[in-house]
Amino acid sequence: MGLECKHVWKHISGYLDGTLDAEVLAQVQNHLEHCEICSATLDSTRNILILIADDRVYELPLGFSERLHARLDEELSGLMRTVQPST
Amino acid sequence: MPEATELRDEPQMITSILAGESHLFHELIRPYERSVYVMALSFLKNEADAEDAAQEAFLKAYRNLSSFRGESKFGTWLISIALNEARSRLRRAKTVTMESLDDPPDGYGQVSHALLRDWREIPSEALERQEIRHLLQRAVGELPQIYREIFLLRDVEELSVVEAAKVLQITAGSVKVRLHRARTMLQHSLAPKLKLMNPKGNARRRWFPWA
Repeated sequence: MGLECKHVWKHISGYLDGTLDAEVLAQVQNHLEHCEICSATLDSTRNILILIADDRVYELPLGFSERLHARLDEELSGLMRTVQPST
Repeated sequence: MPEATELRDEPQMITSILAGESHLFHELIRPYERSVYVMALSFLKNEADAEDAAQEAFLKAYRNLSSFRGESKFGTWLISIALNEARSRLRRAKTVTMESLDDPPDGYGQVSHALLRDWREIPSEALERQEIRHLLQRAVGELPQIYREIFLLRDVEELSVVEAAKVLQITAGSVKVRLHRARTMLQHSLAPKLKLMNPKGNARRRWFPWA
């Protein structure tokens, strides 16, 4: 019946991205319905990706934005004089 | 990257900046502050260095704005500048011992399923815990560089396959292959650790609702 587990694992990434061919997708889905290990593997992979992509994982340091724009201001004011003719 | 950027006319903003309204640069980059910082932090692994690299990337973007041709989105262009800045600082600092560009040894990229029968999902509230956030950051940081890059571009910065391929100058096929390896490695390294993070006692029920 269909695919073995190790073949299903090759398709996990494509499955999550929805890029599998219809035929492969049907085989994978069929396998997942019957295989607890593979469906748990899929769930845990999806879960890990969702967790890492969460905005809370990578927080900007306090004051990051203020310091960045202050530094940009120095740069911008310096270059504006050469770029922009006085009016 | 933030969806709100789709509502802005970035090419028009860039034209105005180049015409002398340089103050608009502040507004142009605001939605991308986090994206650029994340790229830097995942390479440099320390907040101060990452912040400095991020600032430098924004300055370089400003200085080179006239070379932006609009063939890609501004955000994608900016992220590739951040990537290059992070890469070159990493080379200079040599903070990391030589990382292999080859595939990891057999077995490393395998999925970890032994522990999964009783672990399917960690709820996102777990991210309130700093140790969980650091665990995730570290796992990404420990990926070999070619896998870390593709993972960040696709799954954190949400670039398309085509955009990521362009930034990394590899084929779309390679993007998919590397991304698959990256995701599998993360699952392999994180699944057992996240399971260990399971608090003892009553909390077990909350973490493993089916148990």
